[in-house]
Formats: sequence, structure tokens, C-alpha cells
Amino acid sequence: MTSALVVDAALVLLVLGLALWITAARAAYGAAVGFVAYGLLLTLVWVRLAAVDVAMTEAALGSGLTGLLLLGAAARLAPYEADEHRRRPGTVLRVLVGVLCAAIAAGLAAVVLLLPDPAPSQALAVAAHLPATGLGNPVTGVLMAYRAVDTLLESVVLVPALIGVWSLSTEMGWGGRPGFLTPCRSGSALPLLARVLPPFGILVGIHLVWAGADDPGGKFQGAAVLAAMWILVMVAGLREPPPVSDRLMRFLLVVGPLCFIGIGAAGIRLAGAFLAYPEAYAKPLILAIEAGLTISVTAVLGLLLAGPPVPEPQYQRQSRRRS
Amino acid sequence: MRLALDLFTIVAVTLGAIFFLAGTVGLLRFPDTLTRLHALTKADNLGLGLVVLGLLPQATAPLGWIGLIAVWLLALLSGATVGQLLAEAVRPPEWDQTRTPDAPPVGHPNAPEASSHD
Repeated sequence: MTSALVVDAALVLLVLGLALWITAARAAYGAAVGFVAYGLLLTLVWVRLAAVDVAMTEAALGSGLTGLLLLGAAARLAPYEADEHRRRPGTVLRVLVGVLCAAIAAGLAAVVLLLPDPAPSQALAVAAHLPATGLGNPVTGVLMAYRAVDTLLESVVLVPALIGVWSLSTEMGWGGRPGFLTPCRSGSALPLLARVLPPFGILVGIHLVWAGADDPGGKFQGAAVLAAMWILVMVAGLREPPPVSDRLMRFLLVVGPLCFIGIGAAGIRLAGAFLAYPEAYAKPLILAIEAGLTISVTAVLGLLLAGPPVPEPQYQRQSRRRS
Repeated sequence: MRLALDLFTIVAVTLGAIFFLAGTVGLLRFPDTLTRLHALTKADNLGLGLVVLGLLPQATAPLGWIGLIAVWLLALLSGATVGQLLAEAVRPPEWDQTRTPDAPPVGHPNAPEASSHD
């Protein structure tokens, strides 16, 4: 008991210390690297709290993909960073921001500390009704059955996010290939890794989705692993990212949300409510939605990192310069 | 038998932890990036290898064993690749010029066919 307490206390101190360090870091690149380590520590915290589903999401999306996005942003902002430091905001603004942040932290702490003991929970009701969904993992059950609208919205919101990234393209770049991931120099070790790792990574990704019905895992974690394999292949220069005008790719981007909305709308007739599943087919329908969403989330995550499209001549020039 | 296996676990995991400690000290104390990479990859390869070896008797055969060994092999693969990539990024340019200038090695950035990646 006490040794577990020591580990937990050390984890909490590490998380708090690293959070302070990231906030105080001057360079964006260092802060982004710290953020990745922070995500991995948070993953351990979630494991200690027995929330393995959340831990895997944090490791794959919170730390891995968000970390990559931040690293890419830091690398792109580096030329302007010195300028930005010179024009630091005035004392009043900085104090105001600090006070507001402290107020949010204090508010959150108050909400958590003032919860009645035991905290209000629907966990027993979920556990009692889980067999009706045919699923074994209560987290998947909540996400796909009881909070299906939330899940639908968070899978749909990925598409506008990608449209936002694409909107950063110049007018000449529209219809071209995404230009953030320029291939590495040839002769580096990356192409070897990009040839050896994907078979294992794809297996692990599909396993995470499939196992998510009964064990920790699910479409977001699995899709993050699949997207990572795709990005690895693109960065290694083995495959180019598809042009944003590609019809098949656009279809794959929306097939998951369309499948979800379609099955949800069918629920109005068959089960009496939007996003309700007829009880006899609940599990196959949920698996079909998960499969469709996995494809779409993989495509969106990969293309988010691939960035806005650039004109074809610029894309070729970037590829040549690195090789 | 159980006692012997538990002892083996304790010894191997402790040895692995010592390698991680030594690797961390090296990462913090060594003078330049290449030697730091050396320290880091040693910790990954041998430290994690010894921890996995020590945990094998505690895992259920055969799925647990395969899982543990797969974790180690994947860490080896990614560690070796990342080590290569970082070393390539920090390699001083004059190292390239000490090679015979007219015949750069295959796969070298200046090699004639290097611009065609598939």
C-alpha cells in the first residue's frame, strides 16, 4: 500500500513539475517536446487510476498525434519566434492571464473537492444494462450506446478540422498534395523502419479496434496507430500523400460519420429514436459503425499531419531538396 | 522452483534497472550528442532486455512470453532507427569530406542515384 503511495506521489510531483517547466519554457520546440513527455506521464496516471481506455487514448492521441502536430507547428514558427519574444505582452495583460488561469484551476479544484461522497455515478445503471448492447467493455458501451450523440459529434468534428487545415492552402495549392511531410533524405534508416514496422502496426491497430468491444481499446486508439503507420510511410518517402482533390480519399474521410448517421437515422424507424439500436442487432451495428469510423479517423488524422496542399511544382521541389 | 524463478526475476530486473540508471547518467553527463545516444540506446537495448527476461517467468506461457518479447524487439527496432536518424542529423559535415570524394558510398546524400526514391 505504502509503496503504491510512493509511486503515485512521485508521479503527481513529476506531472506538476513538468507542467510548470512546459509553461515556463521559452522555446516552443522545447515546450512541445516536454508536452509529449507530459502526455506519457499522464498515461501512467490514467493506468494507476485503472482507466486503461483513457490511458491508451492519451498515449496515442493526446501525447503522440497532438505532440507531432505541436512539433510541426513549433518547427514552422521557429523563424518568427525571436520577433515574438521581443514583442512580449505588457505586465497588465500577463497578470490578467495569470489570474484568469488561476481562477479556472481553482474552480476546477473546487468542483472536484466539493463533490458529495460517494460521487454521483451512473456506473451501476450502465453495468446493469450493458448486456443489451452485446458489448463487454463498458467504456465502448457508454460511447456507442448511451452517449452516442457525443461520439457522433466528436467523429464528425474531425472533418471540419481537416477542412480548416486545408483552408490554409494558397489558391495555387488547391487540389495539390499536402506539403508538410517532406520525405527524409534517402539513405537514412527511416525507409527500412517504414517497410518493417507497418505490418505489425496495422495488426496492432486492427486488434485495438476489434478488442475494443470487450476489452480496453477502440476506434480512436486503433485509428491513431493506423494513421501513425501511414505517416511513417509518407515521411520515409515510400508513398506520397494523396492530392486533396482525390475522390476516393474524400469518400473515405466521410464514410464513418455517414455510416453512423445512416444507422442512427434508421434507428428512428426501427427502434423509436435517433441513434437507438434495435436490440437484436445492437452489436453488429456498433461494430459496423466502429469499422467505418476507424477508416475515416485514420484518414483524417493522417491528413491533418500531412498539412495543407501545396502547388505541384513546390511539392516536387521540396521532395528533391530532401533527397 | 518458484523461489528460484522469483530470485531470477529480482536479479534480472534489478540488473536492467541498473542499466537504465547508467544510461540516464550517461545521457545527462556525456559530452556530446553521439555519446549520449550511445548511453541511451544501451539502456533501451540491454536494460529493457534484462527487464523482459526477468519478467518472463512471471508471465503466462506462451502468449505472455510472446507479448513481452515482441515489446522488446519493437523497442530494439525503433531505438536503433531513431538512434541512426539522430546521429545522421547531428553528424558534423567534415566527416563526409574525409571519405574519398569521387566515390561517395551508396545511399549517401551526394550519391548520383540518390535523388530517385520510390
